[in-house]
Amino acid sequence: MNEIVKVGMADLNVATTPQKIRTSGLGSCVGVVIYDDSTKICGMAHVMLPNSSIGKAESINKAKYADTAIVLLLEKLSKMGVKQTYLKAKLAGGSQMFKFSSSSEIMRIGPRNVDAVKEKLRELKIRIIAEDVGGTSGRTIEFDPETSKLSIRTVSQGVSEI
Amino acid sequence: MSFINRMKTYHLDILKEVGNIGAGHAATALSKLLNKTIDMKVPAVRIVSFDEITELVGGADNIVAAIFLRIEGDTPGNMFFMLPVNEATTLIQYLTGDQSFDLNHPPYPELGLSALQELGNILAGSYLSAFSDFTKLNLQPSVPALSIDMAIAILSYGLLELSQVGDSAIVIDTEIVEKLDVNSQKTTGHFFLLPDPDSYEIIFQALGVPIDERNS
Repeated sequence: MNEIVKVGMADLNVATTPQKIRTSGLGSCVGVVIYDDSTKICGMAHVMLPNSSIGKAESINKAKYADTAIVLLLEKLSKMGVKQTYLKAKLAGGSQMFKFSSSSEIMRIGPRNVDAVKEKLRELKIRIIAEDVGGTSGRTIEFDPETSKLSIRTVSQGVSEI
Repeated sequence: MSFINRMKTYHLDILKEVGNIGAGHAATALSKLLNKTIDMKVPAVRIVSFDEITELVGGADNIVAAIFLRIEGDTPGNMFFMLPVNEATTLIQYLTGDQSFDLNHPPYPELGLSALQELGNILAGSYLSAFSDFTKLNLQPSVPALSIDMAIAILSYGLLELSQVGDSAIVIDTEIVEKLDVNSQKTTGHFFLLPDPDSYEIIFQALGVPIDERNS
Protein backbone atom coordinates (compact mmCIF):
# COMPACT_ATOMS: atom_id res chain seq x y z
CA MET A 1 0.00 0.00 0.00
CA ASN A 2 1.34 3.36 -1.00
CA GLU A 3 0.30 5.48 1.88
CA ILE A 4 1.30 9.12 1.99
CA VAL A 5 1.83 10.81 5.33
CA LYS A 6 0.92 14.47 5.06
CA VAL A 7 2.66 17.20 6.96
CA GLY A 8 0.73 20.46 7.37
CA MET A 9 2.02 23.96 7.82
CA ALA A 10 3.93 24.35 11.11
CA ASP A 11 3.64 20.60 11.57
CA LEU A 12 5.92 17.56 11.60
CA ASN A 13 5.60 13.81 11.28
CA VAL A 14 7.51 10.59 10.74
CA ALA A 15 7.16 7.81 8.19
CA THR A 16 8.72 4.53 7.15
CA THR A 17 8.50 2.26 4.10
CA PRO A 18 6.26 1.67 2.20
CA GLN A 19 4.97 5.08 3.24
CA LYS A 20 6.02 8.34 1.68
CA ILE A 21 5.90 11.67 3.39
CA ARG A 22 4.79 14.91 1.79
CA THR A 23 4.23 18.57 2.48
CA SER A 24 2.59 21.02 0.11
CA GLY A 25 3.00 24.66 -0.75
CA LEU A 26 6.32 25.59 0.77
CA GLY A 27 6.79 29.29 0.15
CA SER A 28 9.09 31.00 2.58
CA CYS A 29 8.68 27.95 4.79
CA VAL A 30 11.34 25.25 4.76
CA GLY A 31 10.70 21.53 4.51
CA VAL A 32 13.35 19.54 6.38
CA VAL A 33 13.68 15.80 5.92
CA ILE A 34 15.78 13.86 8.39
CA TYR A 35 16.28 10.22 7.48
CA ASP A 36 18.20 7.06 8.15
CA ASP A 37 18.79 5.15 4.92
CA SER A 38 19.58 1.85 6.67
CA THR A 39 16.38 1.54 8.69
CA LYS A 40 14.40 3.53 6.10
CA ILE A 41 12.79 5.66 8.76
CA CYS A 42 12.36 9.35 8.08
CA GLY A 43 10.76 12.46 9.47
CA MET A 44 9.71 15.74 7.91
CA ALA A 45 9.03 19.17 9.37
CA HIS A 46 7.38 22.17 7.71
CA VAL A 47 9.10 25.09 9.42
CA MET A 48 7.58 28.57 9.26
CA LEU A 49 9.87 30.74 11.38
CA PRO A 50 13.58 30.62 12.15
CA ASN A 51 13.74 30.89 15.89
CA SER A 52 11.39 30.14 18.77
CA SER A 53 12.67 33.21 20.64
CA ILE A 54 10.76 35.53 18.25
CA GLY A 55 7.48 33.88 19.22
CA LYS A 56 5.24 36.12 21.29
CA ALA A 57 2.85 33.44 22.51
CA GLU A 58 3.08 31.88 25.96
CA SER A 59 2.90 28.30 24.79
CA ILE A 60 4.60 27.56 21.52
CA ASN A 61 4.00 25.08 18.78
CA LYS A 62 7.44 23.50 18.55
CA ALA A 63 6.91 22.35 14.98
CA LYS A 64 6.70 25.94 13.78
CA TYR A 65 10.26 27.05 14.51
CA ALA A 66 13.44 25.74 12.93
CA ASP A 67 15.33 25.29 16.19
CA THR A 68 12.59 23.51 18.15
CA ALA A 69 11.14 21.53 15.23
CA ILE A 70 14.41 19.77 14.45
CA VAL A 71 14.93 18.80 18.09
CA LEU A 72 11.36 17.51 18.35
CA LEU A 73 11.76 15.55 15.12
CA LEU A 74 14.92 13.91 16.46
CA GLU A 75 13.09 12.92 19.64
CA LYS A 76 10.36 11.28 17.58
CA LEU A 77 12.89 9.47 15.41
CA SER A 78 14.89 8.21 18.35
CA LYS A 79 11.70 6.81 19.90
CA MET A 80 11.41 4.75 16.72
CA GLY A 81 14.87 3.38 17.39
CA VAL A 82 16.93 5.50 15.01
CA LYS A 83 20.49 6.35 16.03
CA GLN A 84 21.34 10.01 15.66
CA THR A 85 24.79 9.28 14.22
CA TYR A 86 23.28 7.70 11.09
CA LEU A 87 20.96 10.55 10.32
CA LYS A 88 21.15 12.61 7.17
CA ALA A 89 19.10 15.56 6.00
CA LYS A 90 17.66 17.08 2.85
CA LEU A 91 15.92 20.39 2.68
CA ALA A 92 13.86 22.49 0.31
CA GLY A 93 11.95 25.76 0.38
CA GLY A 94 12.84 29.16 1.78
CA SER A 95 11.95 31.07 -1.32
CA GLN A 96 11.06 34.72 -1.64
CA MET A 97 7.69 34.76 -3.35
CA PHE A 98 7.40 38.51 -3.54
CA LYS A 99 10.02 41.14 -4.06
CA PHE A 100 9.51 44.34 -2.16
CA SER A 101 11.62 47.41 -2.16
CA SER A 102 10.98 47.86 1.54
CA SER A 103 13.45 45.48 3.09
CA SER A 104 11.20 44.46 5.93
CA GLU A 105 12.79 41.69 7.98
CA ILE A 106 9.67 39.56 7.83
CA MET A 107 9.79 39.60 4.03
CA ARG A 108 13.29 38.11 4.10
CA ILE A 109 12.02 35.21 6.16
CA GLY A 110 12.80 32.56 3.51
CA PRO A 111 16.60 32.88 3.60
CA ARG A 112 16.49 33.31 7.37
CA ASN A 113 14.57 30.06 7.74
CA VAL A 114 17.14 28.25 5.61
CA ASP A 115 20.04 29.64 7.65
CA ALA A 116 18.37 28.67 10.91
CA VAL A 117 17.69 25.11 9.75
CA LYS A 118 21.27 24.66 8.54
CA GLU A 119 22.70 26.03 11.73
CA LYS A 120 20.64 23.69 13.87
CA LEU A 121 21.54 20.68 11.74
CA ARG A 122 25.21 21.58 11.95
CA GLU A 123 24.97 21.96 15.70
CA LEU A 124 23.43 18.49 15.95
CA LYS A 125 26.03 17.09 13.52
CA ILE A 126 23.48 15.95 10.96
CA ARG A 127 24.92 15.98 7.46
CA ILE A 128 23.01 17.80 4.73
CA ILE A 129 23.08 15.59 1.64
CA ALA A 130 21.12 17.80 -0.72
CA GLU A 131 19.14 21.01 -0.81
CA ASP A 132 16.96 23.04 -3.13
CA VAL A 133 16.42 26.39 -1.48
CA GLY A 134 15.81 30.01 -2.36
CA GLY A 135 14.39 31.30 -5.62
CA THR A 136 10.92 32.73 -6.07
CA SER A 137 8.74 29.63 -6.48
CA GLY A 138 6.53 27.64 -4.19
CA ARG A 139 7.42 23.97 -3.78
CA THR A 140 5.60 20.76 -2.96
CA ILE A 141 7.94 18.06 -1.74
CA GLU A 142 7.66 14.32 -1.23
CA PHE A 143 10.24 12.03 0.33
CA ASP A 144 10.47 8.31 -0.28
CA PRO A 145 12.38 6.58 2.55
CA GLU A 146 12.88 3.52 0.31
CA THR A 147 15.11 5.39 -2.17
CA SER A 148 16.01 8.39 0.05
CA LYS A 149 14.99 10.63 -2.84
CA LEU A 150 13.25 13.92 -2.32
CA SER A 151 11.04 14.90 -5.23
CA ILE A 152 10.31 18.59 -5.62
CA ARG A 153 7.54 20.04 -7.71
CA THR A 154 7.29 23.69 -8.69
CA VAL A 155 4.74 25.42 -10.89
CA SER A 156 7.22 26.70 -13.45
CA GLN A 157 9.81 23.92 -13.57
CA GLY A 158 7.85 20.74 -13.04
CA VAL A 159 9.29 17.90 -10.98
CA SER A 160 12.91 17.37 -10.02
CA GLU A 161 14.64 14.97 -7.64
CA ILE A 162 17.45 15.49 -5.20
CA MET B 1 -4.53 32.95 20.81
CA SER B 2 -5.68 35.42 23.38
CA PHE B 3 -7.12 38.17 21.18
CA ILE B 4 -9.21 35.68 19.24
CA ASN B 5 -10.60 34.22 22.44
CA ARG B 6 -11.69 37.63 23.63
CA MET B 7 -13.72 38.36 20.52
CA LYS B 8 -17.46 38.13 20.47
CA THR B 9 -19.69 37.16 17.59
CA TYR B 10 -20.45 40.79 16.87
CA HIS B 11 -16.77 41.48 16.41
CA LEU B 12 -16.71 38.92 13.64
CA ASP B 13 -19.79 40.57 12.18
CA ILE B 14 -17.92 43.86 12.09
CA LEU B 15 -15.07 42.26 10.21
CA LYS B 16 -17.63 40.82 7.81
CA GLU B 17 -18.90 44.33 7.22
CA VAL B 18 -15.36 45.49 6.48
CA GLY B 19 -15.14 42.76 3.83
CA ASN B 20 -18.57 43.68 2.53
CA ILE B 21 -17.83 47.35 2.02
CA GLY B 22 -14.35 46.78 0.67
CA ALA B 23 -15.21 44.07 -1.83
CA GLY B 24 -18.39 45.90 -2.81
CA HIS B 25 -16.33 48.85 -3.98
CA ALA B 26 -13.82 46.58 -5.68
CA ALA B 27 -16.60 44.74 -7.52
CA THR B 28 -17.96 48.08 -8.75
CA ALA B 29 -14.51 49.10 -9.95
CA LEU B 30 -14.05 45.84 -11.83
CA SER B 31 -17.52 46.08 -13.29
CA LYS B 32 -16.75 49.54 -14.70
CA LEU B 33 -13.39 48.42 -16.03
CA LEU B 34 -14.78 45.41 -17.87
CA ASN B 35 -18.26 46.70 -18.58
CA LYS B 36 -19.74 43.49 -17.18
CA THR B 37 -22.01 42.64 -14.29
CA ILE B 38 -19.86 41.75 -11.31
CA ASP B 39 -21.47 40.57 -8.13
CA MET B 40 -20.14 39.60 -4.76
CA LYS B 41 -20.95 36.88 -2.29
CA VAL B 42 -21.64 37.42 1.38
CA PRO B 43 -18.24 37.76 3.02
CA ALA B 44 -17.00 34.98 5.20
CA VAL B 45 -14.95 35.66 8.30
CA ARG B 46 -13.26 32.50 9.40
CA ILE B 47 -10.99 31.66 12.24
CA VAL B 48 -8.84 28.97 10.73
CA SER B 49 -5.93 27.01 12.06
CA PHE B 50 -2.89 26.78 9.82
CA ASP B 51 -3.77 23.17 9.10
CA GLU B 52 -7.13 24.14 7.67
CA ILE B 53 -5.95 27.08 5.67
CA THR B 54 -4.97 24.87 2.75
CA GLU B 55 -8.63 24.00 2.28
CA LEU B 56 -9.58 27.67 2.31
CA VAL B 57 -7.54 28.37 -0.80
CA GLY B 58 -8.82 25.37 -2.72
CA GLY B 59 -6.45 22.57 -1.75
CA ALA B 60 -2.71 22.09 -1.69
CA ASP B 61 -2.18 21.98 -5.44
CA ASN B 62 -4.39 24.87 -6.45
CA ILE B 63 -2.47 27.32 -8.60
CA VAL B 64 -3.54 30.94 -8.65
CA ALA B 65 -2.52 34.36 -9.83
CA ALA B 66 -2.21 36.51 -6.74
CA ILE B 67 -1.65 40.18 -6.12
CA PHE B 68 -0.26 40.93 -2.72
CA LEU B 69 -0.16 44.26 -0.93
CA ARG B 70 1.35 44.95 2.40
CA ILE B 71 -0.70 47.50 4.32
CA GLU B 72 1.08 49.96 6.55
CA GLY B 73 -0.40 52.79 8.62
CA ASP B 74 -2.83 52.58 11.52
CA THR B 75 -3.73 48.94 11.01
CA PRO B 76 -0.88 47.00 9.39
CA GLY B 77 -1.82 43.80 7.63
CA ASN B 78 -1.75 41.86 4.41
CA MET B 79 -4.12 41.88 1.51
CA PHE B 80 -4.37 39.34 -1.28
CA PHE B 81 -6.45 39.27 -4.41
CA MET B 82 -6.33 35.75 -5.79
CA LEU B 83 -7.86 34.59 -8.99
CA PRO B 84 -7.90 31.26 -10.79
CA VAL B 85 -5.24 31.05 -13.52
CA ASN B 86 -7.80 30.63 -16.31
CA GLU B 87 -9.78 33.60 -15.11
CA ALA B 88 -6.65 35.73 -14.88
CA THR B 89 -5.75 34.69 -18.43
CA THR B 90 -9.15 35.80 -19.72
CA LEU B 91 -8.87 39.13 -17.92
CA ILE B 92 -5.39 39.80 -19.30
CA GLN B 93 -6.49 38.88 -22.81
CA TYR B 94 -9.34 41.34 -22.47
CA LEU B 95 -7.21 44.12 -21.03
CA THR B 96 -4.29 43.82 -23.44
CA GLY B 97 -6.11 42.56 -26.54
CA ASP B 98 -3.47 39.85 -26.79
CA GLN B 99 -5.34 36.57 -27.31
CA SER B 100 -2.17 34.49 -27.26
CA PHE B 101 -1.48 35.27 -23.62
CA ASP B 102 -1.81 32.20 -21.44
CA LEU B 103 -0.85 31.89 -17.78
CA ASN B 104 -0.82 28.11 -18.07
CA HIS B 105 2.37 28.24 -20.10
CA PRO B 106 5.33 30.18 -18.73
CA PRO B 107 7.23 32.33 -19.48
CA TYR B 108 4.68 35.10 -19.45
CA PRO B 109 4.95 38.29 -21.52
CA GLU B 110 5.82 41.27 -19.34
CA LEU B 111 2.98 43.43 -20.65
CA GLY B 112 0.27 40.98 -19.57
CA LEU B 113 1.71 40.61 -16.10
CA SER B 114 1.91 44.35 -15.77
CA ALA B 115 -1.75 44.67 -16.77
CA LEU B 116 -2.74 42.11 -14.17
CA GLN B 117 -0.69 43.83 -11.53
CA GLU B 118 -2.39 47.13 -12.34
CA LEU B 119 -5.79 45.46 -12.20
CA GLY B 120 -4.96 44.10 -8.78
CA ASN B 121 -3.77 47.51 -7.74
CA ILE B 122 -7.05 49.14 -8.77
CA LEU B 123 -9.19 46.51 -7.09
CA ALA B 124 -7.21 46.29 -3.88
CA GLY B 125 -6.98 50.06 -3.86
CA SER B 126 -10.75 50.47 -4.01
CA TYR B 127 -11.19 47.81 -1.32
CA LEU B 128 -8.76 49.55 0.98
CA SER B 129 -9.95 53.10 0.38
CA ALA B 130 -13.51 52.00 1.18
CA PHE B 131 -12.18 50.33 4.33
CA SER B 132 -10.29 53.49 5.21
CA ASP B 133 -13.31 55.77 4.61
CA PHE B 134 -15.52 53.52 6.69
CA THR B 135 -13.18 53.38 9.67
CA LYS B 136 -11.43 56.78 9.30
CA LEU B 137 -8.19 54.90 9.66
CA ASN B 138 -5.07 55.81 7.76
CA LEU B 139 -3.92 52.95 5.52
CA GLN B 140 -0.95 52.96 3.19
CA PRO B 141 -0.79 50.03 0.82
CA SER B 142 2.56 49.06 -0.67
CA VAL B 143 3.22 48.72 -4.37
CA PRO B 144 1.48 45.51 -5.41
CA ALA B 145 3.51 42.35 -5.99
CA LEU B 146 2.40 39.61 -8.32
CA SER B 147 2.96 35.89 -8.17
CA ILE B 148 1.59 32.96 -10.12
CA ASP B 149 2.11 29.98 -7.91
CA MET B 150 0.62 27.57 -5.38
CA ALA B 151 -2.08 29.37 -3.42
CA ILE B 152 -0.94 28.09 -0.07
CA ALA B 153 2.70 29.06 -0.64
CA ILE B 154 1.53 32.58 -1.44
CA LEU B 155 -0.91 32.90 1.42
CA SER B 156 1.63 31.64 3.94
CA TYR B 157 3.40 34.98 3.46
CA GLY B 158 0.39 36.70 4.91
CA LEU B 159 0.49 34.45 7.95
CA LEU B 160 3.99 35.28 9.11
CA GLU B 161 3.00 38.11 11.43
CA LEU B 162 0.19 36.04 12.89
CA SER B 163 2.34 32.97 13.22
CA GLN B 164 4.43 34.75 15.83
CA VAL B 165 1.51 34.87 18.24
CA GLY B 166 -0.41 31.71 17.51
CA ASP B 167 -1.43 28.98 15.13
CA SER B 168 -4.61 30.37 13.68
CA ALA B 169 -5.67 33.33 11.60
CA ILE B 170 -8.76 35.41 11.11
CA VAL B 171 -9.36 35.55 7.40
CA ILE B 172 -11.79 38.02 5.90
CA ASP B 173 -12.66 36.29 2.66
CA THR B 174 -14.85 37.86 -0.01
CA GLU B 175 -15.56 36.31 -3.35
CA ILE B 176 -16.51 38.32 -6.40
CA VAL B 177 -18.32 36.65 -9.25
CA GLU B 178 -19.19 37.49 -12.80
CA LYS B 179 -22.87 37.15 -13.60
CA LEU B 180 -23.25 35.33 -16.89
CA ASP B 181 -27.03 35.31 -16.94
CA VAL B 182 -29.85 35.07 -14.40
CA ASN B 183 -28.96 31.59 -13.22
CA SER B 184 -25.26 31.22 -13.71
CA GLN B 185 -22.11 32.90 -12.53
CA LYS B 186 -18.43 32.17 -12.36
CA THR B 187 -15.85 33.01 -9.77
CA THR B 188 -13.67 35.96 -10.65
CA GLY B 189 -11.52 36.10 -7.58
CA HIS B 190 -11.11 36.16 -3.84
CA PHE B 191 -10.02 38.97 -1.60
CA PHE B 192 -8.27 37.91 1.56
CA LEU B 193 -7.64 40.51 4.21
CA LEU B 194 -5.35 39.43 7.03
CA PRO B 195 -4.79 42.20 9.58
CA ASP B 196 -1.78 41.84 11.87
CA PRO B 197 -2.62 40.67 15.41
CA ASP B 198 -2.40 44.14 16.93
CA SER B 199 -4.63 45.71 14.28
CA TYR B 200 -7.90 44.13 15.40
CA GLU B 201 -8.18 46.18 18.55
CA ILE B 202 -7.60 49.36 16.51
CA ILE B 203 -10.24 48.44 13.93
CA PHE B 204 -12.80 47.67 16.64
CA GLN B 205 -11.99 50.84 18.51
CA ALA B 206 -12.32 52.94 15.35
CA LEU B 207 -15.80 51.52 14.92
CA GLY B 208 -16.78 52.11 18.54
CA VAL B 209 -16.83 48.51 19.76
CA PRO B 210 -13.57 47.84 21.58
CA ILE B 211 -12.84 44.36 22.84
CA ASP B 212 -14.02 44.44 26.43
CA GLU B 213 -11.10 43.52 28.65
CA ARG B 214 -13.14 43.31 31.84
CA ASN B 215 -15.37 40.49 30.68
CA SER B 216 -12.57 38.40 29.28
